[in-house]
Amino acid sequence: MTENTAPLRVMLAKIGLDGHDRGVKVVARTLRDAGMEVIYTGLHRTPEQVIEAAVQEDVDVLGVSLLSGAHMPIFGRIFELIDALPSAPRFTLVAGGVMPEEDEEELRRRGVAAVMGQDTPPEAIVEMLRRVVAETAAR
Amino acid sequence: MTATLVDRVLANDQAGIARMLTRIERRDEGVDKELAQLHEHTGRAHVVGITGPPGSGKSTLVSAMALEYRRQGRTVGILAVDPSSAYSGGAILGDHIRMNALAGNPDVYIRSLATRGALGGLSRAVVDGLSVLDAAGKDVILLETVGVGQVEVDIMGVAHSTVVVSIPGAGDAIQAIKAGLLEVADVHVVNKADAPGADRTVSELRDMLRLSRRKAFQWNVPVQKTSATKHEGIAELIAELDKHLGWMHEHGELEQHARRISTTRVRWAAEEVALRDLRPGKPDFDAAVEQVAHRRTDPLTAARQLLGVDTAGNPPQTSPIPKEGTS
Repeated sequence: MTENTAPLRVMLAKIGLDGHDRGVKVVARTLRDAGMEVIYTGLHRTPEQVIEAAVQEDVDVLGVSLLSGAHMPIFGRIFELIDALPSAPRFTLVAGGVMPEEDEEELRRRGVAAVMGQDTPPEAIVEMLRRVVAETAAR
Repeated sequence: MTATLVDRVLANDQAGIARMLTRIERRDEGVDKELAQLHEHTGRAHVVGITGPPGSGKSTLVSAMALEYRRQGRTVGILAVDPSSAYSGGAILGDHIRMNALAGNPDVYIRSLATRGALGGLSRAVVDGLSVLDAAGKDVILLETVGVGQVEVDIMGVAHSTVVVSIPGAGDAIQAIKAGLLEVADVHVVNKADAPGADRTVSELRDMLRLSRRKAFQWNVPVQKTSATKHEGIAELIAELDKHLGWMHEHGELEQHARRISTTRVRWAAEEVALRDLRPGKPDFDAAVEQVAHRRTDPLTAARQLLGVDTAGNPPQTSPIPKEGTS
C-alpha cells in the first residue's frame, strides 16, 4: 500500500463545554462513507487530551467542532500546545461549527487550514479535507 | 531519517511510535529495515488479546485494565482493531476507548487500526505494530478486536494470553463463544457482573470448559467476573493473566509461541524478498528469463536457482545465481 492509496485518517474532536455532537457524528459518517478512517474523541475533551490523541493516532487531519462560542480561547490553547510539541505535527488543522467571519479569518491566519460553517454540505467537507491535505503535503 | 525514527521508537517518543505504526500500516518503503533494527529490542512485553462480541464492554474493560496496570507501575500500549466498511473502505475507529478515563493519560499509548479489508495484511500490521510497542518498552500490550470473524480469532493467535469477554444473560453471546472463541480463551471474563444472571453465565462457561478435552499439566482456564465501569475484578483478572504468563514460561509455551510467530514472520519476509528481488529489471532475474526463453533451463529450476534453493530443496549453494549473460 503506498502513500497515495492509504485512506486519510481524520480525528474529530469536541472540546470544552459543548454538548452538541449531532453534527460531528454526521460528519464522521460522511467521511467514513467517503473511505476515510475516522476517530471521534467524544464530548467534553480538553485541548491537551485531543492534541495528545492526535499525535498518538498520527492522523492526517484534526477537525475541531465548536458550537459553544468558545472557539477563540480553545484554539488559542490548541496553538500553544502544538507550538510546544517536540516536533511539528503532521496533521492539518481544520475547524467546524458556528463562528463570526472575523474569527474565521483570524483562525486561518494562525494556521487553521479550513473553517467549515454549520451550513457546509457533507460532500463539500469531503472535498475540502482532501484538498487541504494535498496542499499540506505539497508544502 | 531511518535511524532517527528507530531511535525515537526506542526512546518511547509518542510521535515517533505513531509515525512508525503509520509506516507499517501503509507498508511504506524502508519500513522492513526499520523493523529489522527494532527486532533485537523486542521480546519483553506481555501481549494480552481481548476479544468478545460487540457490546460486551471490551473497550471499557481494556481501559480499566490499562489503569490497573498503570497503578501497578507497568507501562501500557493499546492496539485497537476495528473493521473497515466493506463498501467505502472507511472506518470509525476506537471511539469507545477514546471516550473514557484513559483519554489524556500520556503514560498509555493508544492506537486504532482499521482492518482495511486486507486479511493477511492486517495480521502482519498487528504483529509488526506489537513489535514497535514492545521495542518502545511497553510492559504490557493490550490488543483489542471484535471477536466475530475468523480473522479476529486468528489475530488473537499473536497474543500470549487471550481474554474472551462475555456478558450475563446474552444467550447468543455464549453461542458465539461455542462457535469458535471458546478454544482461544486463556481467561474467560464475564463482564457487567453486576447485571442479573452473571453467576449463571459463569457456571455455563465452567460447564463448557469441563467438557473440553484435557491434557496433563494443562492450563486451567479461569472464569473471572468483572464490572469494568465499577473497576471490580480487574486486579484479579490481571493476577490471572500474570499467572498465565508464568505458566507459559514454566511449560515452554512462551518459547513455542515465539517460534510460531517467528515462523510466520520469516515466511512473510521471504515472500517479500522474493517479490522485490525477483522481477524484471533485476540483472539476475533478466538473465534467468533469457535462459528459460532459450530453453537452456526450465522456469522451476531458474526460480529455485534465483532463490538459492537447489532443485532437491537442499540448503542454498554458495553461488546460486547463473552468472553468464548478466554483464
